[in-house]
Amino acid sequence: MKAADRSLFGANFARGFGRAWLLGGFVFLYLPIVTLVIYSFNDSTLPSKWGGFTLQWYVKLASDHEILSGLWLSLKIAFLTATTSVVLGTLAAFTLVKYRRFGGRTLFSGMVSAPLVMPEVIVGLSLLLMLVELQRATGSALFDRGLTTIWLGHLLLGMAYATVVIQARLIDLNPQLEEAAMDLGARPHQVFLLVTLPLILQALASAWLLTFSLSLDDVVISAFLSGPGSTTMPLVIFSRARLGVSPSVNAIATVIIVVVAVCVTAASVWIARAERKRAAEVNAALRGQN
Amino acid sequence: MMRLPTRRWFRGRTAVIGIPYLWLLVFFLTPFLIVLKYSVSEMGAVRPENIVTYADGVMKLVLKFSNYPFLLSEDLYFKAYVSSLKYAAITTLVCLGIGYPFAYFMARAKPTIQPALLMLVMLPFWTSFLLRVYAWKGLLDDGGLVAGLLIGTGLDQLMAAAGMIATPGKFMNTPFSLVIGMSYTYLPFMILPLYANLAKMDLRLLEAAADLGASRWVAFWLITVPLSRAGIIAGSMLVFIPCVGEFVIPELLGGPQTLMIGRVLWDEFFSNNDWPMASTVAVVLVLLIVVPLAIFSKVQAESQERAR
Repeated sequence: MKAADRSLFGANFARGFGRAWLLGGFVFLYLPIVTLVIYSFNDSTLPSKWGGFTLQWYVKLASDHEILSGLWLSLKIAFLTATTSVVLGTLAAFTLVKYRRFGGRTLFSGMVSAPLVMPEVIVGLSLLLMLVELQRATGSALFDRGLTTIWLGHLLLGMAYATVVIQARLIDLNPQLEEAAMDLGARPHQVFLLVTLPLILQALASAWLLTFSLSLDDVVISAFLSGPGSTTMPLVIFSRARLGVSPSVNAIATVIIVVVAVCVTAASVWIARAERKRAAEVNAALRGQN
Repeated sequence: MMRLPTRRWFRGRTAVIGIPYLWLLVFFLTPFLIVLKYSVSEMGAVRPENIVTYADGVMKLVLKFSNYPFLLSEDLYFKAYVSSLKYAAITTLVCLGIGYPFAYFMARAKPTIQPALLMLVMLPFWTSFLLRVYAWKGLLDDGGLVAGLLIGTGLDQLMAAAGMIATPGKFMNTPFSLVIGMSYTYLPFMILPLYANLAKMDLRLLEAAADLGASRWVAFWLITVPLSRAGIIAGSMLVFIPCVGEFVIPELLGGPQTLMIGRVLWDEFFSNNDWPMASTVAVVLVLLIVVPLAIFSKVQAESQERAR
């Protein structure tokens, strides 16, 4: 008996219905993004009326200092967040996968994943209250709200996501490869740098991209931890979006969407290719062994 | 086996565990304990009063639990908690209704196109969440594309009768726009675990059921649905939990009609400057999330156990 025969309804109807449902789902997922892009070229201040094609919102965007300085700050924070998240996430994932027993492991694994489910309002509030306490206790300007504090907040979230991504890769790793290196006399740091790190490089790249885009998008944590003069781009967009639909937001949205789509597509193609290559190499090595 | 000098190995191990551990203790646990501390203090003239005071060589610890009963007695907070849970539950059901068939058909699609479909589901997750929520404002506002479609088909009358919108033809700042925004944002979180679950199902079970005389629908309800239980629960919790504490979506799409607890906390902190009350709201919100979270991790542990 054919497998297709086992679907619901008759085979033909099921295929048509299934396709229609998938298509409907994808329309739901992509319609808002597509309309955003189309309306960024709309020559009308009314969001709903089509007034012809224009590039004026992009021209205006080029001289919009609020958005541009916000974008620059957001990019700096996102870069810092992504890089440090990957470092801390690698350590945390390594700890969770390689060290089965140590004091307080339950607390550790709970704390690593807690920011994933904790409402952002609570993450922002709690960090801000602590920074205020620290500032009062020390009187130091180090804890003034700004780039550093926003970065700390994003790092908390980014580390949790990076850990999940890297942990999944480490679990899949063939332990024989590391054991072989150790048998051949490699020291632990050599094993890590020469064997483990190249094997998890793609996971590190995806974790970096994911945390970068999370940080670039965050509103709530940034709102709690930003001070005067440190308004990130999402905060600018958010305060304008609260007032209603604005063409300048549509324009910056289109720029971001296009850049992200290009980067993600390029990165996933690169990651998939590197992964295939590595899998082929590992297979060849294993075959050679037998 | 490890054939390494034990001392050296130990030192590296301590650093690998110690750095992230210490970091989390300082920047995650301590801030939360400070929130707990604030929740049992009271607002002074300018700033919250310290719970520990030191005078005449005597340390005094003063805990004031008045915030918690106040939270329960005041209608505003209680209603906000209830409506947060209500809208999170409705959103979860909507996502399940759309996402289950979606994941099912995805898992039964040709194996060659499945990676592409998966990529298409995950791609919106990469584009800015804020901008995608904002886009719905344009679609639902007066004269927006979806608004026009709903008015054209007369569905707005039906929705108004069902209480999803207040007046026919006005979709923004209603329960409807809030649920649409949240379902839209969290739909991929429902689809992905369901797809992972349905894709690895053994189709021979359905053949066996058919051989034993079960119709397709009977086989679906008695075999496919029970087998995907872990996926249903995981997806539902991944949608429900973040929705309860959501702030951005209710703020942009919800309006004053749909008060959710994330916005109450925000206002308490930014508008009223009442830090103890904001902290109390936060502590109770965490307690609300712990229950679904416990269910989620139990199901995760069970399915991992079974996979072994």
